[in-house]
Amino acid sequence: MNFQFLGDHFVSLTVTGLTQGAIYALVALGYTLVYGVLRLINFAHSEVFMIGTFVTTIIWAGLGFSVGDAAPGTLGVIGLIVIAMIAAGAASGATALVVERVAYRPLRKRNAPSLIFLISAIGASVALSEAVGALTDRQPRGMPTLVVPKVQFSFLGADVTNLQLGIFFSALAMMIGLDIFINRTRLGRGVRAVAQNPDVAALMGVNKDRIIMLIFILGGAMAGAAAVLYDIKVGLTTYSVGFLLGIKAFTAAVLGGIGNLRGALLGGLLLGVVENYGAGVFGNQWMDVVAFMMLVVVLLFRPTGLLGESLGRARA
Amino acid sequence: MSTIMSSLRRADEGRARAMTGLRSRWSSLPRAWRIGAIGAFMVLLYSLPGLNIPLIKTPDTDFTSVLFLCAVYVLVAVGLNVVIGLAGLLDLGYIGFYAVGAYTVAILGSPNSPVVVKFPWIVCVPIAIAVAMLSGVLLGWPTLRLRGDYLAIVTLGFGEIIRVFALNSNITNGNRGINGVPVPSEANWPSWMTWFPYVSSEKQIFSVSNVIGFYWLALTLVVLCILGVRRLERSRVGRSWLAIREDEEAAEVMGVPTFKYKLWAFAIGAALGGLSGALFFSKQTFINAQGFDLFTSILWVAAVVIGGAGNQLGVAVGAILLAYLPERFREFADYRLLIFGVALIVMTIFRPQGLLPSRRRSVELEDRAKEASVVE
Amino acid sequence: MKQALARAIGGVAMIGLLAVSAACADDSSGSGDTATGSTCDLKIAFFGALTGGNAQLGINIRDGAKLAVDQYNTKNADCKVGLVEKDSAGDPAQASGLATSLVADTKLLGVVGPAFSGESKVANPILSKEGVVIITPSATNPALATQGDKTFHRGLGNDASQGPGAANYIKTVLKSQKVFVVDDASEYGKGLADQVKQVLGATVVDSAVVKEQQVDFGAVIDQVKGSAADAIFWGGYYREASPFLKQYRDAGGKAKFIAGDGVKDQAFVDGAGAANAEGAILTCPCVPPEKAGGTFAADYKAATGREAGTYSAEAFDAANIMLEGIKAGNTTRDKLETFVDSYQGQGVTTKFKFQENGEIDPASVAVWAYKVEGGKVIAEQETPK
Repeated sequence: MNFQFLGDHFVSLTVTGLTQGAIYALVALGYTLVYGVLRLINFAHSEVFMIGTFVTTIIWAGLGFSVGDAAPGTLGVIGLIVIAMIAAGAASGATALVVERVAYRPLRKRNAPSLIFLISAIGASVALSEAVGALTDRQPRGMPTLVVPKVQFSFLGADVTNLQLGIFFSALAMMIGLDIFINRTRLGRGVRAVAQNPDVAALMGVNKDRIIMLIFILGGAMAGAAAVLYDIKVGLTTYSVGFLLGIKAFTAAVLGGIGNLRGALLGGLLLGVVENYGAGVFGNQWMDVVAFMMLVVVLLFRPTGLLGESLGRARA
Repeated sequence: MSTIMSSLRRADEGRARAMTGLRSRWSSLPRAWRIGAIGAFMVLLYSLPGLNIPLIKTPDTDFTSVLFLCAVYVLVAVGLNVVIGLAGLLDLGYIGFYAVGAYTVAILGSPNSPVVVKFPWIVCVPIAIAVAMLSGVLLGWPTLRLRGDYLAIVTLGFGEIIRVFALNSNITNGNRGINGVPVPSEANWPSWMTWFPYVSSEKQIFSVSNVIGFYWLALTLVVLCILGVRRLERSRVGRSWLAIREDEEAAEVMGVPTFKYKLWAFAIGAALGGLSGALFFSKQTFINAQGFDLFTSILWVAAVVIGGAGNQLGVAVGAILLAYLPERFREFADYRLLIFGVALIVMTIFRPQGLLPSRRRSVELEDRAKEASVVE
Repeated sequence: MKQALARAIGGVAMIGLLAVSAACADDSSGSGDTATGSTCDLKIAFFGALTGGNAQLGINIRDGAKLAVDQYNTKNADCKVGLVEKDSAGDPAQASGLATSLVADTKLLGVVGPAFSGESKVANPILSKEGVVIITPSATNPALATQGDKTFHRGLGNDASQGPGAANYIKTVLKSQKVFVVDDASEYGKGLADQVKQVLGATVVDSAVVKEQQVDFGAVIDQVKGSAADAIFWGGYYREASPFLKQYRDAGGKAKFIAGDGVKDQAFVDGAGAANAEGAILTCPCVPPEKAGGTFAADYKAATGREAGTYSAEAFDAANIMLEGIKAGNTTRDKLETFVDSYQGQGVTTKFKFQENGEIDPASVAVWAYKVEGGKVIAEQETPK
């Protein structure tokens, strides 16, 4: 154990953790939206994210930026990122929608118990990840370094780079946008209504199937955006990239209170920061153990997560 | 498209009805006949390693080793079925108990472990079962008060914690592992057994290169465990589990101490998981942190549900398919998980109750489907 | 219906009996000694991962062995030797069944492999108990030679020779004062890292363990930068090394990067980016193919369409030693074992001579340092002893 290290690098570990946590939070939104409305763990969401990471590399390669290529100027980089966000968001949203249509809707029509949904979701997850694995020969795929991290300012001895700032704030902006969408718009009200009571919502004229499609697309698009940020940060992707990240993001959603959008944000950031502290104190290999231990402890004291569940009631 | 689906489904329901027909016909047979048929089936199972049935042989791998793997997976499924199928608790980290049992035997029994006590196998295995059971209670005590989906993620975390611990701790020796895991006995085959193919009195009963002894041991344990769980299922404990599975709050109101029985289900499931781990790694004689990944754990859950959660015969079939098919069709090695994933989706859509469903559960599913059609 | 059931039960019992007797007959006919059969359908086997995450190394080895067998069969068209391929996916749990099926084939004399140390620990006792000759072209864990497997041979230096080679290079060529050691907790990676730590002693300022398939190294990079190390030694494979190096360089890290043969692959340079990998030192107990002489490199390329990869040449040599033995009339497992034990000869990688415990003669072990230059892995020099 190395508390000395934690003390010396506290701020820098926090910054690294917040950057990672922002990506967790974006992916966690997908779990939380689906769970809030359908009460079901969308196990295949991790692969929705994975598809996003690959679409990003394909788009960039298609525009002439492969591994080792030099990045264009600032405007060019922003352009590439925006294009990738649109493409990956669309691809991930579409994947999520396909998963819903193929793996969940037939079960929903028969009111199957949640265990059956989980198995179908596992099937979709395995099938997607293995299909991509077979297509890519299970080799990792690299991409160009678009953003070369530059230290923007130092804060209490920790260097904060433009990359970290960019990831954190673009993730935050997207989450705020989604929060406004759910809480302020007509469609968002529909989502909350279905989450609260699907049957009454249906009686009030809300098209339940449309709302469900909407949440899958929204969750998928967020995962696609997260995938672009992840690609910029990590610079490489592989067919199995979703599994562990998905579990972490789901943990983050549960931590904050699954079904609660702001809970996902809080849970994601907290998870990212705490596991980084854990890695600093106990060593990198114990990172996941620290993350899960924290989850157990939090659930013992707050059995429905930090902010409580329920999308319908998350208005405050 | 939808007409094809519905006609397929109708055909499937027809088959399900035929199954129930077969089942009632079976139970109306005279007792002696039933015992005779089961006896003949058992003889067949025990003699499988010696039989040369061409189509079922595995092309690349030793057939008896595959049979042994099937038996171990059935044991895993029987244990997991107590947790998932009977008590309705979703445990995604069951492999943690398997690992605990396996490592207990390796650490206590191997001359190469960091703790050299060198207990014989017969002492190690009960300890392994007890330690696994204890870990089940320790995990269940704080977490079983959580609702279903939370339990799923917490057990998942438990499985990963055990794996990371196995990988990084000194007592498990990480990926360098521990060899010399004890075998049940060092003795050679007695001469009266040598009529069986591949058995000779110059060979050890439990040898790494001739695993018939291990297979028979595993098969015997499977039979004993299935009978034991069957008795439990039909006792007060089993009825409480079913009540908890169907509706936990109602069970509580009716005076079932739900927490206590959930903990029992967890502990018994963990004990069986520990036994299967101990058994598998006794045959392997070497253990390292490979092979305890969450993915395998999730596949086990899938096998139980696909086979028919709640029905011991069903989960056994699910486990055998999971262990056997990849070995039989090795030429598809690169695509087998892909095929498996697609099969899972197709199965849940067309046969959500599993291949050999528990009678009670399939009725339950039908009820739910009816409810759904009323709402629409 | 009852009658039908009774018939069914009777049928099952009959089939059972018949099959048992058939199997008995089959067994008695099949258990003859290899010497009595024809000596022209003998086999050797490849054992390793052809699928799964570590397939590339296995494919390199399989292709090397296959090239040797194909060349032999062209020359000896009247008396061919077969190559059996066993795909273990690198998984110890699959290894035992595969090994058992190998020993059951009495025509099979030797195994090129098992490729990894974990699966070797399971498979070697099974193979060796039945006398199957083992020459591994890639499993470098020192403990394999002390397991008591009498037919075990290793066609290259083990981690105990590569580790000090890498460490001495860091000490005397790079002259680093502060070394940060990373391993991936794998048997290979940790073994190598431990050897390096042992030789370097106090110059190792800190160390970290990364996870298999980890892609995000934020915390480790904080730690490396915090330690102000001027060199990083990486005990592990390229799958984790390339994203680490990329992120470390992106984060402004300047320390030199040194790694073992698990990283010596073009995929490492491609994954990390040529600019980031530039100057990285990769050690390997393998002689550079261009120095190996002969036509191996060209033949391999002609046969597979790819450049010879890591361990291809070792596998080629291992297979050739066995083929030479078979050619010389050693047509049983015992005779082949005696032949390999006393074998002395020059292969493409090095001069082969095995010690009592199956390790290659230390005099023939050469640990080479390779350098990434201009996006290619180029042989630099032999590491100081």
